[in-house]
Amino acid sequence: MNGPERIVVVGASLAGLRAAEALRDEGFDGELTLIGDEPYAPYDRPPLSKAVLSGWLPTDHTALPRARNIDARWLLGTPASGVDLRERRVALADGREVPYDRLLIATGTRARPWPRQQGGALHGVQVLRSRDDADRLRAALAAGPDRVLVIGAGFTGGEVASVCRDLDLDVTVTQRGSAPLLSALGGVIGSAVTGWYRDAGVDLRLGTTVQALEGEAGRLRRAALSDGTVVEAEVAVVAAGALANTEWLTGSGLAADARGVVCDDACRALADDGTPVADVYVAGDVARWPHPLYPGQLLRLDHWDNAVAQARTAAHNMIHGSREPRAHRALPAFWSNQFGVNLKCVGLPSLADRVVVTQGSLDERRFVAAYGQRGRLVAAVAVDSPRVLDGYAALIEAGAPFPPVLHASDGPDRLDALDAAFPRPAAGRSSTPSTPSVLSIPSAPSVLAGHE
Amino acid sequence: MPTDSPPDARELRLVVDLNRCQSYGQCVYAAPDVFRFHGEEALEYDYAPDPRLRREVERATAACPVQAITLGRATEPAPLASEPVQ
Repeated sequence: MNGPERIVVVGASLAGLRAAEALRDEGFDGELTLIGDEPYAPYDRPPLSKAVLSGWLPTDHTALPRARNIDARWLLGTPASGVDLRERRVALADGREVPYDRLLIATGTRARPWPRQQGGALHGVQVLRSRDDADRLRAALAAGPDRVLVIGAGFTGGEVASVCRDLDLDVTVTQRGSAPLLSALGGVIGSAVTGWYRDAGVDLRLGTTVQALEGEAGRLRRAALSDGTVVEAEVAVVAAGALANTEWLTGSGLAADARGVVCDDACRALADDGTPVADVYVAGDVARWPHPLYPGQLLRLDHWDNAVAQARTAAHNMIHGSREPRAHRALPAFWSNQFGVNLKCVGLPSLADRVVVTQGSLDERRFVAAYGQRGRLVAAVAVDSPRVLDGYAALIEAGAPFPPVLHASDGPDRLDALDAAFPRPAAGRSSTPSTPSVLSIPSAPSVLAGHE
Repeated sequence: MPTDSPPDARELRLVVDLNRCQSYGQCVYAAPDVFRFHGEEALEYDYAPDPRLRREVERATAACPVQAITLGRATEPAPLASEPVQ
């Protein structure tokens, strides 16, 4: 076997680091290079919106442990700006070029910014994704603003709002949909989460968007909302989803756009004609791939667990894929802590048409909800019930029927399945692809799922 | 490449797999300066505690019923930004 002599990993966060370690574990003893746009050793992002923002943990205490020595060359602080698939070279923004025999793309996602022409450049308008973002936002909160505006009640928005209330800061949250976490968990659970916001004293504006952020002398002063009201705020946190970091791949011939880089279930990158590209692999938040458990669509997961698992699968296949390829088929799983509760999830709730509370109760804020799609269990969410999900995960992987038969001692007498109440585009579930660049990829619906 | 040498005493790094964590709280008892609960079930922790807490952190790692805590084992220096442009 002629193994690769030079492997380049673009992206030096969780997926890139774990992939590099796994490459050595798999026996790769050639030249290993990691490229990262941030000037920091790999750090963990989940605490940024929680323990860091609250002031308990400084950002330099979020460095990820390195599981082993990897004898790598680290090129940190300079983003990759392009790749030449034919010449097998990565170009860096500072003009350097890094040749490879095998390439792993792990450039992740970034927070979707607020449009500049609608106030996005004002001082006080922030996103939260990186260490630097967290330092800036922590300083802004520590200064004691009269009110913080959070745009979007997804997981990040909820965590930020929750920390604001812990810090006794007034906070307004706008949410386009009819409930927090609507696109992730649906309207039934979203309604329960509405109660968490309200009881914490958050000014939650549902069905409301921000029309413009307005400032004076370059500083944010207020936001004009779609309900006709004006919210005075010195800090606005834009928590409106993520964009894949794929601009550097534009024109490379890879099937890459703002939704991610398409790869197969062996983590091999696909060209824009849908065929695998030799020696190029993808892992982590930036990857879109067909999960064997969820046929007919491409998944992109902003999940900690997925970054680790996909990095390991990609690393294995980069070294041993020609003889013993592995499929990346880990069950999606994530967690969030907000408003004093711990929420864990396995599977993909957004696929579901029905939801049922199987243990505990929504009112007690300690419950498990199971999600079903056409009579099969596809996901489960556990709130302040961190020990129950392994059983549900096994049922989901086995394709168990919905509603599940559990015999849980804390279950209700009768399971009342409800419409899961996910927002659906008028024409089917598929979000309309905005670019026709992925020609022979089946016009697959996209499923995006966020958070930790 | 050395892989089996003992961890650098000057650096203590850890991470908790919070998907795996089931909030038993044994780590909070073993190393209360490193791990804490925010609310009843939400674990928070310091990824880079004072190396003098190594013994407590190792006890916490061993005590975790679901083995969710991983300690750093690299002896290489942490990477820095960046090589100067040539």
